[in-house]
Amino acid sequence: MMGITMTTPDMSILARDLAGDLDGSFAAYVRATADGIYSGSLRMLGDRTDAEDVMQETYARAYNALSGYSQERISTLQVRGWTWTIAANLCRNRLRSRSRKPTAPLGDFDVAASGRSTDEEALSEVGEALRAALLDLPFPQRAAVVMRHVLDLTYEEMAIALDRPVGTVKADVHRGLARLRRDYPEETAR
Amino acid sequence: MTDRLITDLEKLMTTASETAIHAAITATGIADGYVTRPSALGTLFVAYNSRGVSAVDLADSAEDFEQRFSHIHGRSTLPVERLPVQIDRHLDSAIETGKPGRLPLDFSDLTEFQAAVLRKTAEIPGGQVRPYGWVAREIGKPGAVRAVGSALARNPVPVVVPCHRVVRSDGHLGNYSLGDPDNKRILLEAEGLDMTEYESLSERGIRFTGSDTTDIFCHPTCHHARRTSVEHTVEFRSEQQARRAGFRPCKVCRPAEVAA
Repeated sequence: MMGITMTTPDMSILARDLAGDLDGSFAAYVRATADGIYSGSLRMLGDRTDAEDVMQETYARAYNALSGYSQERISTLQVRGWTWTIAANLCRNRLRSRSRKPTAPLGDFDVAASGRSTDEEALSEVGEALRAALLDLPFPQRAAVVMRHVLDLTYEEMAIALDRPVGTVKADVHRGLARLRRDYPEETAR
Repeated sequence: MTDRLITDLEKLMTTASETAIHAAITATGIADGYVTRPSALGTLFVAYNSRGVSAVDLADSAEDFEQRFSHIHGRSTLPVERLPVQIDRHLDSAIETGKPGRLPLDFSDLTEFQAAVLRKTAEIPGGQVRPYGWVAREIGKPGAVRAVGSALARNPVPVVVPCHRVVRSDGHLGNYSLGDPDNKRILLEAEGLDMTEYESLSERGIRFTGSDTTDIFCHPTCHHARRTSVEHTVEFRSEQQARRAGFRPCKVCRPAEVAA
């Protein structure tokens, strides 16, 4: 079994492998990037099932897209940023369709969802409060903060993922962090 | 000074579950997913992809199953937790009844002939058997009896497509591809076929039975043959013998060409 907790997968080697043999290397690409896609979607959506659905659909779309790309185009892809263009759109769409459903107000949905997430139970109250504060941010700021500080994406990767200039992405991170510092009760952290 | 907010955010990184990773990989079609189900024969491994169920197999371990699957299909299969709705809804009853019903099946690796054999086999009701030659004739290839046998020997979805209900024309059960050869008998008995009675007929060379009140002859395991009382049952060794006695073939089990 390949390691699923690779922390610094070499994305340029992945791109080269995908270009050379898409079917043969796709599983390795999923394993190398899935923790990030799942964690990011989970923090943006607040619900484990939604995050797994987004993850599944992200890779299905990625595979379809890559099948139509030339080898040259794949080998020069910024793999993480490119994968996040798909995932971020899916997260955004999911939040939109949720807010259109009057019977499932966003706030209640998230509270109930985070409560039943078994892999969350190990997280402290700190995590609980911070996760809630994140979900209160407007989506662009939430996505930017999550990508930069939870997933450790570079600003360059984020600019690709969010299809925004680097300056805009940086500003969203700063604004998001500022709002978290105001809303997230740090004094209760210890 | 370290920034508490930043270090707390970093702690929100988590890991995707192995089964969620498998579901993501299988959703692309480069690998099939699989689940296990209990059955009369032991643990069944059931693989699927976007087209439908691609394999039903018995194996001693997940590793054995995965190896055999990739050897046969040329791609890998990974364990998953959740089945697609359409498969989840129909799988258990298909295994229970030995009838695919609305369960989607993936025959894309098969030839048109193999797929026709399996579709015809799927029509045989539980607890009944038909000869290989019957399947051949029904799909319009009366000469392809041996080819029917080899198509069934490579049935990728046994139990669900009940190849255990296809037997030799002399009444012997014949080969079975899923695990122990005796599994064919076990499945048929579990479906209510009286094997003692069935084998006594085949040992005496009886291939068809009829009713002297209707002058219709059937395969001995046909629902209509089994409704006939003992004193009205007539036994035949061949189609010609039945025809000469003035009997016509049953329109349900079609033991011979039925005139339109």
